[in-house]
Amino acid sequence: MRIVLYRLLAVLLPLALLEILCRDRVITPLTLPAPSRILLGLWTMMANGTFNAAILKTLTNVSLAFVLSVAAGIAAGAAIHRAPLLRALLEPLFSTYYAIPIYAFYPLFIVVFGLGDAPQVLIGFMLAVVSMIVSTLAGLDSVPAVLGKTARVLQLSPVETIRSVTLPYAAPYLFTGVKLAVAYAFIGVIGAEFIMSGTGLGYEIRFAYDNLDNGVMYPLILLILLVAVAVNMSLDHWERALRARRGRG
Amino acid sequence: MDTQPPIHVSLRGVTRVYDSRLGRTHALGPIDIDLRRGEFFAVVGPSGCGKSTLLDVIAALAPASSGVVTFEGRPIGDTVPDGVGVVFQENASFPWLNVADNITFGLRRQPLDRAEIGRRLQYALQLMGLQDFAQAFPSQLSGGMRQRVCIARTLVMQPRLILLDEPFGALDQQTRLLMGDELLRIWRATGATVLLITHALDEAAMLADRVAVMSARPGRILEVIETGWPRERDSQVVSVPEFGAITARLWTLLRAQSMQALRPESV
Repeated sequence: MRIVLYRLLAVLLPLALLEILCRDRVITPLTLPAPSRILLGLWTMMANGTFNAAILKTLTNVSLAFVLSVAAGIAAGAAIHRAPLLRALLEPLFSTYYAIPIYAFYPLFIVVFGLGDAPQVLIGFMLAVVSMIVSTLAGLDSVPAVLGKTARVLQLSPVETIRSVTLPYAAPYLFTGVKLAVAYAFIGVIGAEFIMSGTGLGYEIRFAYDNLDNGVMYPLILLILLVAVAVNMSLDHWERALRARRGRG
Repeated sequence: MDTQPPIHVSLRGVTRVYDSRLGRTHALGPIDIDLRRGEFFAVVGPSGCGKSTLLDVIAALAPASSGVVTFEGRPIGDTVPDGVGVVFQENASFPWLNVADNITFGLRRQPLDRAEIGRRLQYALQLMGLQDFAQAFPSQLSGGMRQRVCIARTLVMQPRLILLDEPFGALDQQTRLLMGDELLRIWRATGATVLLITHALDEAAMLADRVAVMSARPGRILEVIETGWPRERDSQVVSVPEFGAITARLWTLLRAQSMQALRPESV
Protein backbone atom coordinates (compact mmCIF):
# COMPACT_ATOMS: atom_id res chain seq x y z
CA MET A 1 0.00 0.00 0.00
CA ARG A 2 3.04 2.23 0.53
CA ILE A 3 3.51 2.42 -3.25
CA VAL A 4 0.01 3.88 -3.61
CA LEU A 5 0.98 6.61 -1.17
CA TYR A 6 4.14 7.38 -3.13
CA ARG A 7 2.19 7.52 -6.38
CA LEU A 8 -0.28 9.90 -4.81
CA LEU A 9 2.58 12.08 -3.56
CA ALA A 10 4.21 12.06 -6.99
CA VAL A 11 1.05 13.67 -8.35
CA LEU A 12 0.13 15.88 -5.40
CA LEU A 13 3.53 17.41 -4.61
CA PRO A 14 4.08 18.98 -8.06
CA LEU A 15 0.46 20.14 -7.96
CA ALA A 16 1.02 21.79 -4.60
CA LEU A 17 4.16 23.47 -5.93
CA LEU A 18 2.23 24.67 -8.97
CA GLU A 19 -0.52 26.01 -6.69
CA ILE A 20 2.05 28.02 -4.70
CA LEU A 21 3.75 29.37 -7.82
CA CYS A 22 0.41 30.45 -9.31
CA ARG A 23 -0.85 32.08 -6.13
CA ASP A 24 2.44 34.00 -5.76
CA ARG A 25 2.01 35.22 -9.31
CA VAL A 26 5.31 33.67 -10.37
CA ILE A 27 3.09 32.08 -13.02
CA THR A 28 0.52 34.60 -14.20
CA PRO A 29 -3.18 33.62 -14.47
CA LEU A 30 -2.96 34.41 -18.17
CA THR A 31 -0.49 31.53 -18.55
CA LEU A 32 -1.98 29.11 -16.05
CA PRO A 33 -4.61 29.61 -13.36
CA ALA A 34 -3.96 27.94 -10.02
CA PRO A 35 -4.87 24.19 -10.04
CA SER A 36 -7.49 24.79 -7.37
CA ARG A 37 -9.17 27.39 -9.58
CA ILE A 38 -9.13 25.00 -12.54
CA LEU A 39 -10.74 22.30 -10.42
CA LEU A 40 -13.31 24.76 -9.14
CA GLY A 41 -13.98 25.90 -12.69
CA LEU A 42 -14.55 22.29 -13.77
CA TRP A 43 -16.87 21.74 -10.84
CA THR A 44 -18.98 24.78 -11.72
CA MET A 45 -18.99 23.79 -15.36
CA MET A 46 -20.22 20.28 -14.60
CA ALA A 47 -22.79 21.56 -12.09
CA ASN A 48 -24.19 24.03 -14.63
CA GLY A 49 -24.05 21.50 -17.46
CA THR A 50 -22.60 24.14 -19.77
CA PHE A 51 -20.68 21.67 -21.89
CA ASN A 52 -22.82 18.57 -21.50
CA ALA A 53 -23.64 18.52 -25.21
CA ALA A 54 -19.98 18.79 -26.17
CA ILE A 55 -18.95 16.12 -23.68
CA LEU A 56 -21.65 13.77 -24.90
CA LYS A 57 -20.68 14.40 -28.53
CA THR A 58 -17.00 13.70 -27.93
CA LEU A 59 -17.55 10.61 -25.80
CA THR A 60 -20.03 9.23 -28.32
CA ASN A 61 -17.60 9.72 -31.19
CA VAL A 62 -14.69 8.27 -29.19
CA SER A 63 -16.79 5.24 -28.26
CA LEU A 64 -17.86 4.77 -31.87
CA ALA A 65 -14.28 4.97 -33.14
CA PHE A 66 -13.14 2.63 -30.38
CA VAL A 67 -15.83 -0.03 -30.85
CA LEU A 68 -15.51 0.02 -34.62
CA SER A 69 -11.72 -0.23 -34.53
CA VAL A 70 -11.71 -3.11 -32.04
CA ALA A 71 -14.32 -5.07 -33.96
CA ALA A 72 -12.78 -4.38 -37.37
CA GLY A 73 -9.23 -4.84 -36.02
CA ILE A 74 -9.90 -8.28 -34.57
CA ALA A 75 -11.81 -9.41 -37.67
CA ALA A 76 -9.15 -8.07 -40.05
CA GLY A 77 -6.32 -9.45 -37.88
CA ALA A 78 -7.90 -12.90 -37.86
CA ALA A 79 -8.44 -12.78 -41.63
CA ILE A 80 -4.90 -11.58 -42.36
CA HIS A 81 -3.53 -14.27 -40.04
CA ARG A 82 -5.13 -16.90 -42.26
CA ALA A 83 -3.75 -15.41 -45.48
CA PRO A 84 0.07 -15.52 -45.41
CA LEU A 85 0.40 -13.81 -48.78
CA LEU A 86 -1.81 -10.89 -47.79
CA ARG A 87 0.10 -10.66 -44.55
CA ALA A 88 3.48 -10.51 -46.29
CA LEU A 89 2.02 -7.70 -48.38
CA LEU A 90 0.53 -5.69 -45.52
CA GLU A 91 2.92 -6.18 -42.63
CA PRO A 92 5.55 -3.67 -43.83
CA LEU A 93 2.72 -1.16 -44.29
CA PHE A 94 1.57 -1.67 -40.70
CA SER A 95 5.03 -0.95 -39.36
CA THR A 96 5.25 2.36 -41.22
CA TYR A 97 1.59 3.23 -40.67
CA TYR A 98 2.14 5.38 -37.61
CA ALA A 99 4.78 7.41 -39.41
CA ILE A 100 1.98 8.80 -41.59
CA PRO A 101 0.30 11.96 -40.24
CA ILE A 102 -3.27 10.87 -40.73
CA TYR A 103 -4.52 14.36 -39.93
CA ALA A 104 -3.09 15.44 -43.26
CA PHE A 105 -6.04 13.61 -44.85
CA TYR A 106 -8.60 15.28 -42.62
CA PRO A 107 -9.57 17.98 -45.16
CA LEU A 108 -10.12 15.23 -47.70
CA PHE A 109 -12.39 13.35 -45.27
CA ILE A 110 -14.41 16.51 -44.74
CA VAL A 111 -14.78 16.95 -48.49
CA VAL A 112 -15.92 13.36 -48.83
CA PHE A 113 -18.02 12.94 -45.67
CA GLY A 114 -19.05 16.51 -44.90
CA LEU A 115 -18.70 18.45 -41.65
CA GLY A 116 -20.63 15.92 -39.53
CA ASP A 117 -19.23 13.42 -37.07
CA ALA A 118 -18.07 10.94 -39.69
CA PRO A 119 -14.64 12.50 -40.43
CA GLN A 120 -13.79 12.66 -36.71
CA VAL A 121 -14.87 9.09 -36.05
CA LEU A 122 -12.95 8.03 -39.14
CA ILE A 123 -9.73 9.67 -37.92
CA GLY A 124 -10.09 7.99 -34.51
CA PHE A 125 -10.90 4.69 -36.20
CA MET A 126 -7.94 4.92 -38.58
CA LEU A 127 -5.53 5.67 -35.76
CA ALA A 128 -6.87 2.87 -33.56
CA VAL A 129 -7.61 0.06 -35.98
CA VAL A 130 -4.05 -0.74 -37.02
CA SER A 131 -2.80 -1.19 -33.46
CA MET A 132 -5.72 -3.56 -32.95
CA ILE A 133 -4.81 -5.51 -36.11
CA VAL A 134 -1.15 -5.73 -35.10
CA SER A 135 -2.01 -6.86 -31.57
CA THR A 136 -4.44 -9.44 -32.93
CA LEU A 137 -1.76 -10.84 -35.24
CA ALA A 138 0.75 -11.02 -32.36
CA GLY A 139 -1.85 -12.74 -30.22
CA LEU A 140 -2.77 -15.30 -32.87
CA ASP A 141 0.93 -15.97 -33.53
CA SER A 142 1.36 -16.80 -29.86
CA VAL A 143 -1.20 -19.64 -29.92
CA PRO A 144 0.67 -22.98 -29.84
CA ALA A 145 -0.10 -25.39 -32.69
CA VAL A 146 -0.99 -28.08 -30.17
CA LEU A 147 -4.05 -26.11 -29.06
CA GLY A 148 -5.31 -26.13 -32.64
CA LYS A 149 -4.83 -29.90 -32.73
CA THR A 150 -6.61 -30.24 -29.41
CA ALA A 151 -9.56 -28.27 -30.77
CA ARG A 152 -9.74 -30.65 -33.74
CA VAL A 153 -9.60 -33.70 -31.47
CA LEU A 154 -12.47 -32.21 -29.47
CA GLN A 155 -14.32 -31.75 -32.79
CA LEU A 156 -14.71 -27.99 -32.58
CA SER A 157 -15.83 -26.16 -35.71
CA PRO A 158 -13.44 -23.50 -37.08
CA VAL A 159 -15.64 -20.71 -35.69
CA GLU A 160 -15.88 -22.43 -32.30
CA THR A 161 -12.10 -22.92 -32.31
CA ILE A 162 -11.54 -19.20 -32.81
CA ARG A 163 -14.14 -18.25 -30.21
CA SER A 164 -13.33 -20.82 -27.52
CA VAL A 165 -9.62 -21.51 -27.99
CA THR A 166 -7.74 -19.01 -30.13
CA LEU A 167 -9.21 -15.74 -28.88
CA PRO A 168 -9.13 -16.66 -25.18
CA TYR A 169 -5.50 -17.73 -25.55
CA ALA A 170 -4.64 -14.51 -27.36
CA ALA A 171 -6.64 -12.36 -24.91
CA PRO A 172 -3.67 -10.69 -23.15
CA TYR A 173 -2.33 -9.53 -26.52
CA LEU A 174 -5.77 -8.37 -27.62
CA PHE A 175 -6.01 -6.43 -24.43
CA THR A 176 -2.88 -4.49 -25.28
CA GLY A 177 -4.55 -3.63 -28.59
CA VAL A 178 -7.73 -2.57 -26.82
CA LYS A 179 -5.82 -0.23 -24.51
CA LEU A 180 -4.01 1.34 -27.45
CA ALA A 181 -7.29 1.61 -29.36
CA VAL A 182 -8.86 3.60 -26.53
CA ALA A 183 -5.93 5.99 -26.45
CA TYR A 184 -5.86 6.41 -30.23
CA ALA A 185 -9.62 6.88 -30.43
CA PHE A 186 -9.34 9.75 -27.93
CA ILE A 187 -6.38 11.29 -29.73
CA GLY A 188 -8.03 10.94 -33.13
CA VAL A 189 -11.44 12.33 -32.24
CA ILE A 190 -10.34 15.18 -30.00
CA GLY A 191 -7.54 16.12 -32.37
CA ALA A 192 -9.99 16.27 -35.27
CA GLU A 193 -12.35 18.42 -33.23
CA PHE A 194 -9.47 20.79 -32.62
CA ILE A 195 -8.66 21.24 -36.27
CA MET A 196 -11.98 21.53 -38.02
CA SER A 197 -15.25 21.01 -36.28
CA GLY A 198 -18.16 22.89 -34.77
CA THR A 199 -18.77 20.71 -31.72
CA GLY A 200 -17.09 18.55 -29.14
CA LEU A 201 -14.58 19.07 -26.35
CA GLY A 202 -11.68 19.65 -28.74
CA TYR A 203 -13.66 22.39 -30.47
CA GLU A 204 -14.63 24.02 -27.14
CA ILE A 205 -11.03 24.03 -25.95
CA ARG A 206 -9.89 25.60 -29.19
CA PHE A 207 -12.71 28.14 -29.06
CA ALA A 208 -11.72 29.11 -25.50
CA TYR A 209 -8.11 29.32 -26.56
CA ASP A 210 -8.94 31.66 -29.44
CA ASN A 211 -10.79 33.91 -26.98
CA LEU A 212 -8.11 33.77 -24.28
CA ASP A 213 -10.76 32.22 -22.04
CA ASN A 214 -8.54 30.38 -19.55
CA GLY A 215 -11.47 29.92 -17.19
CA VAL A 216 -12.97 27.48 -19.74
CA MET A 217 -9.91 26.12 -21.51
CA TYR A 218 -8.06 24.68 -18.51
CA PRO A 219 -11.04 23.02 -16.82
CA LEU A 220 -11.86 21.32 -20.14
CA ILE A 221 -8.28 20.12 -20.51
CA LEU A 222 -8.46 18.78 -16.96
CA LEU A 223 -11.72 17.02 -17.82
CA ILE A 224 -10.13 15.24 -20.78
CA LEU A 225 -7.18 14.30 -18.60
CA LEU A 226 -9.44 12.87 -15.90
CA VAL A 227 -11.55 10.90 -18.36
CA ALA A 228 -8.46 9.41 -20.05
CA VAL A 229 -6.88 8.47 -16.71
CA ALA A 230 -10.15 6.95 -15.45
CA VAL A 231 -10.64 4.87 -18.61
CA ASN A 232 -7.05 3.70 -18.57
CA MET A 233 -7.13 2.82 -14.89
CA SER A 234 -10.28 0.78 -15.25
CA LEU A 235 -8.76 -1.04 -18.22
CA ASP A 236 -5.63 -1.73 -16.16
CA HIS A 237 -7.76 -3.08 -13.39
CA TRP A 238 -9.63 -5.32 -15.81
CA GLU A 239 -6.35 -6.51 -17.32
CA ARG A 240 -4.95 -7.38 -13.91
CA ALA A 241 -8.07 -9.38 -13.13
CA LEU A 242 -7.64 -11.20 -16.45
CA ARG A 243 -4.03 -12.07 -15.68
CA ALA A 244 -4.86 -13.11 -12.14
CA ARG A 245 -7.41 -15.54 -13.55
CA ARG A 246 -4.59 -17.19 -15.40
CA GLY A 247 -2.69 -17.54 -12.16
CA ARG A 248 -0.17 -14.89 -13.16
CA GLY A 249 0.60 -16.60 -16.52
CA MET B 1 -7.80 -64.88 -23.51
CA ASP B 2 -8.63 -67.82 -25.75
CA THR B 3 -9.88 -65.90 -28.77
CA GLN B 4 -8.03 -63.12 -30.53
CA PRO B 5 -9.81 -59.80 -29.85
CA PRO B 6 -11.20 -58.05 -32.93
CA ILE B 7 -9.17 -55.54 -34.89
CA HIS B 8 -9.85 -51.99 -33.68
CA VAL B 9 -7.56 -49.94 -35.90
CA SER B 10 -6.03 -51.09 -39.13
CA LEU B 11 -3.50 -49.45 -41.43
CA ARG B 12 -2.91 -50.76 -44.94
CA GLY B 13 -0.16 -49.33 -47.11
CA VAL B 14 -0.29 -46.01 -45.30
CA THR B 15 2.27 -43.41 -46.40
CA ARG B 16 2.66 -39.72 -45.84
CA VAL B 17 4.57 -37.50 -48.21
CA TYR B 18 4.41 -33.76 -47.89
CA ASP B 19 5.89 -30.70 -49.54
CA SER B 20 7.57 -27.98 -47.57
CA ARG B 21 10.03 -25.20 -48.26
CA LEU B 22 12.80 -27.80 -47.98
CA GLY B 23 11.27 -29.82 -50.77
CA ARG B 24 9.36 -33.08 -50.78
CA THR B 25 9.59 -35.19 -47.65
CA HIS B 26 8.69 -38.86 -47.53
CA ALA B 27 7.90 -39.00 -43.83
CA LEU B 28 6.16 -42.30 -43.40
CA GLY B 29 5.52 -45.75 -44.69
CA PRO B 30 4.26 -47.75 -46.28
CA ILE B 31 2.89 -49.05 -43.00
CA ASP B 32 0.65 -52.04 -42.31
CA ILE B 33 -0.39 -52.64 -38.72
CA ASP B 34 -3.46 -53.78 -36.83
CA LEU B 35 -4.29 -52.70 -33.30
CA ARG B 36 -6.46 -55.18 -31.42
CA ARG B 37 -9.35 -53.86 -29.41
CA GLY B 38 -8.28 -53.14 -25.85
CA GLU B 39 -4.57 -53.70 -26.30
CA PHE B 40 -1.76 -51.43 -25.20
CA PHE B 41 0.37 -50.84 -28.28
CA ALA B 42 3.59 -48.85 -28.24
CA VAL B 43 5.61 -47.49 -31.15
CA VAL B 44 9.30 -46.72 -30.70
CA GLY B 45 11.69 -45.32 -33.25
CA PRO B 46 14.65 -43.01 -33.75
CA SER B 47 13.99 -39.28 -33.61
CA GLY B 48 12.50 -37.90 -36.81
CA CYS B 49 11.32 -41.30 -38.01
CA GLY B 50 7.71 -40.20 -38.37
CA LYS B 51 6.28 -41.63 -35.13
CA SER B 52 4.24 -38.53 -34.47
CA THR B 53 3.21 -38.38 -38.13
CA LEU B 54 1.88 -41.92 -37.74
CA LEU B 55 -0.23 -40.80 -34.79
CA ASP B 56 -1.47 -37.74 -36.67
CA VAL B 57 -2.53 -39.90 -39.60
CA ILE B 58 -4.41 -42.36 -37.36
CA ALA B 59 -6.14 -39.44 -35.59
CA ALA B 60 -7.02 -37.82 -38.95
CA LEU B 61 -5.01 -34.76 -37.90
CA ALA B 62 -2.89 -35.23 -41.02
CA PRO B 63 -4.01 -36.92 -44.25
CA ALA B 64 -2.38 -40.12 -45.45
CA SER B 65 -0.87 -39.71 -48.92
CA SER B 66 -1.82 -43.24 -49.83
CA GLY B 67 -3.25 -46.28 -48.12
CA VAL B 68 -6.25 -46.69 -45.84
CA VAL B 69 -6.71 -46.23 -42.11
CA THR B 70 -9.82 -47.83 -40.65
CA PHE B 71 -11.15 -47.29 -37.15
CA GLU B 72 -13.84 -49.68 -35.93
CA GLY B 73 -14.25 -50.95 -39.44
CA ARG B 74 -14.80 -47.56 -41.09
CA PRO B 75 -12.18 -45.67 -43.08
CA ILE B 76 -11.33 -42.40 -41.37
CA GLY B 77 -12.08 -39.14 -43.15
CA ASP B 78 -10.59 -35.72 -42.63
CA THR B 79 -12.05 -35.09 -39.19
CA VAL B 80 -11.07 -36.81 -35.95
CA PRO B 81 -13.47 -39.76 -35.54
CA ASP B 82 -15.81 -40.05 -32.55
CA GLY B 83 -14.28 -42.15 -29.82
CA VAL B 84 -10.69 -41.09 -30.43
CA GLY B 85 -8.78 -39.14 -27.79
CA VAL B 86 -5.29 -37.71 -28.17
CA VAL B 87 -2.76 -36.57 -25.58
CA PHE B 88 0.19 -34.58 -26.91
CA GLN B 89 3.71 -34.06 -25.62
CA GLU B 90 3.37 -30.29 -25.47
CA ASN B 91 1.37 -28.59 -22.79
CA ALA B 92 -2.10 -28.43 -24.33
CA SER B 93 -3.94 -27.17 -21.26
CA PHE B 94 -5.98 -23.99 -21.64
CA PRO B 95 -4.29 -21.33 -19.45
CA TRP B 96 -7.44 -19.22 -19.06
CA LEU B 97 -9.47 -22.08 -17.57
CA ASN B 98 -9.07 -23.75 -14.19
CA VAL B 99 -8.46 -27.49 -13.95
CA ALA B 100 -12.14 -28.42 -13.69
CA ASP B 101 -13.09 -26.26 -16.69
CA ASN B 102 -10.13 -27.60 -18.66
CA ILE B 103 -11.25 -31.17 -18.04
CA THR B 104 -14.90 -30.54 -18.94
CA PHE B 105 -14.08 -28.34 -21.96
CA GLY B 106 -15.06 -31.01 -24.49
CA LEU B 107 -17.90 -32.41 -22.38
CA ARG B 108 -19.65 -29.04 -22.19
CA ARG B 109 -19.95 -29.11 -25.96
CA GLN B 110 -21.75 -32.44 -25.90
CA PRO B 111 -25.47 -32.97 -25.34
CA LEU B 112 -24.97 -34.06 -21.73
CA ASP B 113 -26.79 -32.92 -18.59
CA ARG B 114 -24.87 -31.20 -15.83
CA ALA B 115 -25.11 -34.11 -13.45
CA GLU B 116 -23.40 -36.41 -15.95
CA ILE B 117 -20.68 -33.82 -16.63
CA GLY B 118 -20.14 -33.44 -12.88
CA ARG B 119 -20.02 -37.20 -12.39
CA ARG B 120 -17.41 -37.66 -15.14
CA LEU B 121 -15.39 -34.71 -13.84
CA GLN B 122 -15.27 -36.17 -10.33
CA TYR B 123 -14.26 -39.55 -11.70
CA ALA B 124 -11.43 -38.05 -13.78
CA LEU B 125 -10.24 -35.79 -10.96
CA GLN B 126 -10.08 -38.79 -8.67
CA LEU B 127 -8.48 -41.12 -11.23
CA MET B 128 -5.75 -38.57 -12.00
CA GLY B 129 -5.24 -37.46 -8.38
CA LEU B 130 -6.36 -33.92 -9.14
CA GLN B 131 -9.13 -33.59 -6.51
CA ASP B 132 -7.32 -30.85 -4.61
CA PHE B 133 -6.50 -28.88 -7.76
CA ALA B 134 -9.90 -28.54 -9.42
CA GLN B 135 -9.89 -24.76 -8.94
CA ALA B 136 -6.19 -24.25 -9.74
CA PHE B 137 -5.00 -22.76 -13.01
CA PRO B 138 -2.50 -24.61 -15.24
CA SER B 139 0.22 -22.01 -14.59
CA GLN B 140 0.08 -22.97 -10.91
CA LEU B 141 0.78 -26.65 -11.67
CA SER B 142 3.92 -28.60 -12.47
CA GLY B 143 4.48 -30.09 -15.92
CA GLY B 144 3.40 -33.52 -14.69
CA MET B 145 0.21 -32.17 -13.18
CA ARG B 146 -0.62 -30.24 -16.34
CA GLN B 147 -0.21 -33.43 -18.34
CA ARG B 148 -2.60 -35.17 -15.94
CA VAL B 149 -5.11 -32.42 -16.70
CA CYS B 150 -4.75 -33.10 -20.42
CA ILE B 151 -5.13 -36.85 -19.88
CA ALA B 152 -8.19 -36.23 -17.71
CA ARG B 153 -9.68 -33.97 -20.41
CA THR B 154 -9.25 -36.84 -22.86
CA LEU B 155 -10.62 -39.50 -20.50
CA VAL B 156 -13.90 -37.72 -19.69
CA MET B 157 -14.81 -37.98 -23.37
CA GLN B 158 -14.73 -41.76 -22.83
CA PRO B 159 -12.60 -42.51 -25.90
CA ARG B 160 -12.40 -46.06 -27.15
CA LEU B 161 -9.01 -45.34 -28.71
CA ILE B 162 -6.47 -43.24 -26.81
CA LEU B 163 -3.49 -41.95 -28.79
CA LEU B 164 -0.55 -40.70 -26.74
CA ASP B 165 2.18 -38.73 -28.49
CA GLU B 166 5.19 -38.87 -26.15
CA PRO B 167 2.95 -37.70 -23.31
CA PHE B 168 5.74 -37.95 -20.73
CA GLY B 169 8.51 -36.62 -22.95
CA ALA B 170 8.80 -33.36 -21.05
CA LEU B 171 8.73 -34.95 -17.59
CA ASP B 172 11.52 -36.10 -15.30
CA GLN B 173 12.34 -39.81 -14.98
CA GLN B 174 10.61 -40.51 -11.64
CA THR B 175 7.47 -38.73 -12.77
CA ARG B 176 7.58 -40.74 -16.00
CA LEU B 177 7.63 -44.04 -14.14
CA LEU B 178 4.76 -43.01 -11.89
CA MET B 179 2.75 -41.68 -14.83
CA GLY B 180 3.40 -44.99 -16.56
CA ASP B 181 1.75 -46.81 -13.67
CA GLU B 182 -1.18 -44.43 -13.84
CA LEU B 183 -1.47 -45.01 -17.54
CA LEU B 184 -1.70 -48.77 -16.94
CA ARG B 185 -4.41 -48.19 -14.35
CA ILE B 186 -6.35 -45.97 -16.73
CA TRP B 187 -5.98 -48.46 -19.53
CA ARG B 188 -7.38 -51.24 -17.35
CA ALA B 189 -10.13 -49.04 -15.90
CA THR B 190 -11.39 -47.78 -19.26
CA GLY B 191 -10.82 -50.85 -21.42
CA ALA B 192 -9.75 -48.53 -24.22
CA THR B 193 -7.23 -49.37 -26.90
CA VAL B 194 -4.05 -47.40 -26.25
CA LEU B 195 -1.43 -46.37 -28.80
CA LEU B 196 1.65 -44.90 -27.16
CA ILE B 197 4.28 -43.13 -29.24
CA THR B 198 7.56 -42.86 -27.35
CA HIS B 199 11.28 -42.64 -27.85
CA ALA B 200 11.91 -44.34 -24.50
CA LEU B 201 12.52 -48.06 -24.92
CA ASP B 202 12.02 -48.86 -21.25
CA GLU B 203 8.71 -47.04 -21.25
CA ALA B 204 7.48 -49.03 -24.25
CA ALA B 205 8.81 -52.33 -22.86
CA MET B 206 7.24 -51.72 -19.46
CA LEU B 207 3.81 -50.51 -20.56
CA ALA B 208 2.84 -52.21 -23.79
CA ASP B 209 1.41 -55.57 -24.80
CA ARG B 210 3.15 -55.15 -28.13
CA VAL B 211 5.90 -52.81 -29.21
CA ALA B 212 6.42 -51.82 -32.85
CA VAL B 213 9.91 -50.69 -33.79
CA MET B 214 10.09 -48.12 -36.55
CA SER B 215 12.92 -47.53 -38.99
CA ALA B 216 14.64 -44.23 -39.65
CA ARG B 217 12.79 -41.95 -42.09
CA PRO B 218 10.74 -42.80 -44.03
CA GLY B 219 9.39 -44.66 -40.99
CA ARG B 220 8.36 -48.26 -41.54
CA ILE B 221 7.55 -50.98 -39.03
CA LEU B 222 10.65 -53.18 -38.67
CA GLU B 223 9.25 -55.61 -36.18
CA VAL B 224 6.44 -55.98 -33.66
CA ILE B 225 7.51 -57.53 -30.36
CA GLU B 226 5.07 -59.17 -27.93
CA THR B 227 6.01 -58.41 -24.33
CA GLY B 228 3.71 -61.07 -22.81
CA TRP B 229 2.98 -59.09 -19.66
CA PRO B 230 -0.17 -59.93 -17.71
CA ARG B 231 -2.93 -57.32 -17.82
CA GLU B 232 -2.40 -56.64 -14.13
CA ARG B 233 1.06 -55.10 -14.13
CA ASP B 234 2.95 -52.03 -13.06
CA SER B 235 6.39 -50.42 -13.23
CA GLN B 236 7.77 -53.26 -11.08
CA VAL B 237 8.18 -55.28 -14.30
CA VAL B 238 11.42 -53.36 -14.81
CA SER B 239 12.98 -55.73 -12.26
CA VAL B 240 12.08 -59.05 -13.96
CA PRO B 241 14.66 -60.63 -16.31
CA GLU B 242 12.29 -60.65 -19.31
CA PHE B 243 12.15 -56.86 -19.16
CA GLY B 244 15.92 -56.71 -19.74
CA ALA B 245 15.63 -59.15 -22.62
CA ILE B 246 12.82 -57.16 -24.29
CA THR B 247 14.64 -53.86 -23.87
CA ALA B 248 17.85 -55.39 -25.24
CA ARG B 249 15.95 -56.76 -28.26
CA LEU B 250 14.37 -53.35 -28.90
CA TRP B 251 17.73 -51.62 -28.60
CA THR B 252 19.42 -54.02 -31.02
CA LEU B 253 16.75 -53.21 -33.60
CA LEU B 254 16.86 -49.50 -32.91
CA ARG B 255 20.58 -49.00 -32.62
CA ALA B 256 21.33 -49.28 -36.31
CA GLN B 257 18.32 -47.09 -37.14
CA SER B 258 19.26 -44.43 -34.61
CA MET B 259 22.80 -44.26 -35.94
CA GLN B 260 21.40 -43.84 -39.42
CA ALA B 261 19.11 -41.09 -38.18
CA LEU B 262 22.05 -39.29 -36.60
CA ARG B 263 23.98 -39.14 -39.84
CA PRO B 264 23.83 -35.60 -41.19
CA GLU B 265 22.78 -36.51 -44.71
CA SER B 266 19.56 -38.09 -43.49
CA VAL B 267 18.36 -34.78 -42.05
